[in-house]
Amino acid sequence: MAQDDKIIEQIVDRYDADVGMLIPMMQDLQAECGYLPLEQLHSLAKQLSLPLSRLYAVATFYASFHLAPKGAHEVTLCVGTVCYLKGAPKISEAISREFHVETGGTTRDRLFTFQAVNCVGACAVAPVMIVDGKYYNGVTPASALEVLYGLGKNETSVEKDGET
Amino acid sequence: MTLLSNKRLSSIAELDAQRKELLSSRAPSTKSVYVCTGPGCAAKGSPKLYELFREAVSQANVDVEIRAKAVGCHGLCEYGPIVIIEPGDIFYQRVEEPDVAEIFRETVLGGRLVDRLLYEHPATGEKLDTVDKIPFYQVQQRVALAYNGLIDPTEITDYITEGGYSALAKVLSSMTAEEVVSEVEAAGLRGRGGGGFPTARKWRSCREAEGSPKYVICNGDEGDPGAFMDRAIMEGNPHSVIEGMLIGAYAIGSSDGYIYVRNEYPLSVERLKLAIEQAKELGLIGENILGSSFSFDIRINRGGGAFVCGESTALMASLEGRPGEPRAKYVHTVESGLWEKPTNLNNVETWTNVPAIINRGGEWFAGIGTEKSKGTKVFSLVGKVVNTGLVEVPMGITLRQIIDEIGGGIPDGKRFKAVQTGGPSGGCIPAEHLDARVDFDELTKLGSMMGSGGMIVMDEDTCMVRVAKYFTDFLQKESCGKCTPCREGLAQMLYILDRITDGEGQVGDVERLEGLAELMEGTALCALGKTAANPVISTIRYFRDEYDAHIKEKHCPAKECRGLFRYEIDADACKSCGICLQNCPAEAITGEKKVPYVIDQEKCTLCGTCWEKCPFAAVLKV
Repeated sequence: MAQDDKIIEQIVDRYDADVGMLIPMMQDLQAECGYLPLEQLHSLAKQLSLPLSRLYAVATFYASFHLAPKGAHEVTLCVGTVCYLKGAPKISEAISREFHVETGGTTRDRLFTFQAVNCVGACAVAPVMIVDGKYYNGVTPASALEVLYGLGKNETSVEKDGET
Repeated sequence: MTLLSNKRLSSIAELDAQRKELLSSRAPSTKSVYVCTGPGCAAKGSPKLYELFREAVSQANVDVEIRAKAVGCHGLCEYGPIVIIEPGDIFYQRVEEPDVAEIFRETVLGGRLVDRLLYEHPATGEKLDTVDKIPFYQVQQRVALAYNGLIDPTEITDYITEGGYSALAKVLSSMTAEEVVSEVEAAGLRGRGGGGFPTARKWRSCREAEGSPKYVICNGDEGDPGAFMDRAIMEGNPHSVIEGMLIGAYAIGSSDGYIYVRNEYPLSVERLKLAIEQAKELGLIGENILGSSFSFDIRINRGGGAFVCGESTALMASLEGRPGEPRAKYVHTVESGLWEKPTNLNNVETWTNVPAIINRGGEWFAGIGTEKSKGTKVFSLVGKVVNTGLVEVPMGITLRQIIDEIGGGIPDGKRFKAVQTGGPSGGCIPAEHLDARVDFDELTKLGSMMGSGGMIVMDEDTCMVRVAKYFTDFLQKESCGKCTPCREGLAQMLYILDRITDGEGQVGDVERLEGLAELMEGTALCALGKTAANPVISTIRYFRDEYDAHIKEKHCPAKECRGLFRYEIDADACKSCGICLQNCPAEAITGEKKVPYVIDQEKCTLCGTCWEKCPFAAVLKV
């Protein structure tokens, strides 16, 4: 707990407790924890003398904030206009169907969080899928699933290695 | 930064001396390898190419100087990764890792061409060796992107060598604030973010507004899907944005700047951060810049993933740490903006144009373009077009020139249907208006708008009702919900569009959409809501027959809306291979060897698997 408070303290200090930098602070918190844990938000609100509702309003307004833990991998599918025209909806459907996950959700085994975003600015190579920061271009439903099944495999092989 | 001693430059003379030193240190015989690491090329693996070239340079045992540079977007993303070799301006396309050694040996060291990596003229098949021979580049004119592709965006010395920060020096040494505003006024520069408001008028209002401090903001929240102009500038030449802001701040009388960058652009943030650090080290940002009395600091904020934050008042709310909800515009932001202080906000591309205007004069800039739209505009040309990429053209060029001459037309022998400009608030322009000139006013007349510069080409396979639905769905999700017309109006529009594309459209639906559109335009709070109906209205205006076909004949002319067309097997083309039968999940296909297969329409679920799997294109959409 003391450790947790320290994280918040560092973040607040980084921005000189400037309330105008609330969004960057919350971004830093999320970068640290992977999501915005309620306890940390409480502590951030207290340090900035803001009501928790202010932070909650910000956390729920902006699409990039998460109030729940994310999966081990981050899968982002671009559904900007060009990706859409070039088949992103079919890719999204295929992922949802195969992994039983809706956009914005996380698979039940926490393998990955599946996000759909509006345009990542790589329209020239659409459709684009980003897995843990790596760009895959010209994606098809089949190639997207192949990449995602690869994630699962690596995971199990790592676990197996650990066991033996 | 090998040459600079990281010493603060305390006068303009020192900056000039630094530049001279940098220029003289580069031997005329220097050979350069420019590897494009813009968004498109990077997604295709160009950073690895850069590494390999650097290795090759370090291992080469020759007495000429060779440098490998990772540079910003070259524009012709479709043919990436792109590598350019100097001297000679040799253009290599679709370069892969195994090609690096050959390019290095043959071209860099040997001065010979690697034929197979040259761009091939699509019509004549002729191999073109240099940038200026490629049709894609011939019609273009580069001002905002002038140094993209020439400089390493992570090295301030590259920018300074090419004349960077000389406009700032000129302003500080010889121009009054009013003279700067007048120069921008003479240039006729209008806001590149979409609105097209005269930049000089905004600057003057902010300068004359009462209150202090005054803020200067760069809007890098490039939210329009299909647009990546600002990303390419921020990542390819971040110092040009910073220099533009410095000049603007000097003219306005501001010492505090913000750059607001979209959450989805982490590399832009990284590049700008580094650029700001380097500029601070040299004293180009901070107190008493270049020994003058002018001081200016810049802070970067990342967005949170909300489209509406591209709207100026929403962006300012976000900078104050609040949800990005716009406010009514009768209070002008130049008088009461961020923290209720006078605030001047311009878009990335607008700022980038400023140093060029100061260096070459407003008159020069005004010589490019049309009567009321001056200069150039960067577009991201994407969608169903052969040469997708980033293009910069003089205002007044026709849509046809952009799509056919630069874009190389429509791929796969398909027919052009429409071009969508202006992002989600823009509209779709049909073939009969392809000869329209691209400027702020012409595009507005056609029911679309300039917007920030996304240009999405659509071919005959695109259903225009679905396009309208796509944008409405986008805007409905991005509406901040503050005002009722936008929040509820978009939801109702989407509901109607959904039923039309599901084949349940009712006679009168088009009129209902028009009614909602009028209401939203007249009563929504911000520009997002006021223009939200544009995609629907412009598609109704030019493609009314497609709406009618969906509603009255329950048929989708582009054969995209599931249920509004059928799959049939062309008996002449069918080779009876059985692939469709094996793959049909509904067991709706029957047939046997040597007899064409048939789809049972009663059983068919219209999933399209047979159409995708048929190797002979014998499955037709009718």
